[in-house]
Amino acid sequence: MSTTEQAQQRRSFILVVCCTLIGAAAQILIKKGADALGENPTMVQTAMAMLLTPALFAGYSMYGVSTVLLVLALRHGQLSLLYPVFAMTYVWVTILSVFVLHETMNPYKLAGIVTIVGGIAVLGRGQPST
Amino acid sequence: MNHTPFSSIAWVMGASFFGSFGALFLKIGAGKLQRSLASVLTNWRLLLGIAFYLFSSVLFVLGVRKGELSVLYPMVSLGSVWTLFWSRLILGEPLTRAKIVALSMILCGMTLIGLGARKPLPAASEQHRTTSARY
Repeated sequence: MSTTEQAQQRRSFILVVCCTLIGAAAQILIKKGADALGENPTMVQTAMAMLLTPALFAGYSMYGVSTVLLVLALRHGQLSLLYPVFAMTYVWVTILSVFVLHETMNPYKLAGIVTIVGGIAVLGRGQPST
Repeated sequence: MNHTPFSSIAWVMGASFFGSFGALFLKIGAGKLQRSLASVLTNWRLLLGIAFYLFSSVLFVLGVRKGELSVLYPMVSLGSVWTLFWSRLILGEPLTRAKIVALSMILCGMTLIGLGARKPLPAASEQHRTTSARY
């Protein structure tokens, strides 16, 4: 790997880390916004709320930003190296669920997250490199 | 305290199903893309892909409305399992051993999360039942 390739790979790595952090924060906002929906909303009401509820709108805007960052990172980075990093989103969402939403953690959930993150990391190896 | 109903898990799994069609149509549409705005706006595959993603996000919001995010968010990973199926069946991409291992791990992980989603303190409610039976 040449020095420029290394620099690009590092840049891609940083982009994906930012992507996962922004993506996880977006999920917390989406959850907060969804909690505030009324009893039994219709699909149309939900779609309207995604545009009009600040938490939902902000959440999906951040989700959009994180997707753009991922696309930018994938242009130059090696997929097999970036996929495991991308799977960190699941770890951040779990941590934020406990500390921000005060959800409970148990051994099943922990084992499940570790297995899913492992699975996504392996998924990156199954793809042809870009 | 905040038990996750199965209906919420089903909504999120439905969201992942439609979202995977979003990925599929974006992939097919992107292959036919030229460098002009008109080619983006008239590319029905790309637009259909975006429509699938939007529909999927409405289902996701309906899903996370009730229950725990720590249970519901990991269920999104089912989307990559669907995507692997469509890549094989529709795009004809090879289903490598690594992909099969990944798919199995994701499904195992989701099952574990599902087990973790059951009522938070089964031991306590069990204890409560025996205590009330005693009196």
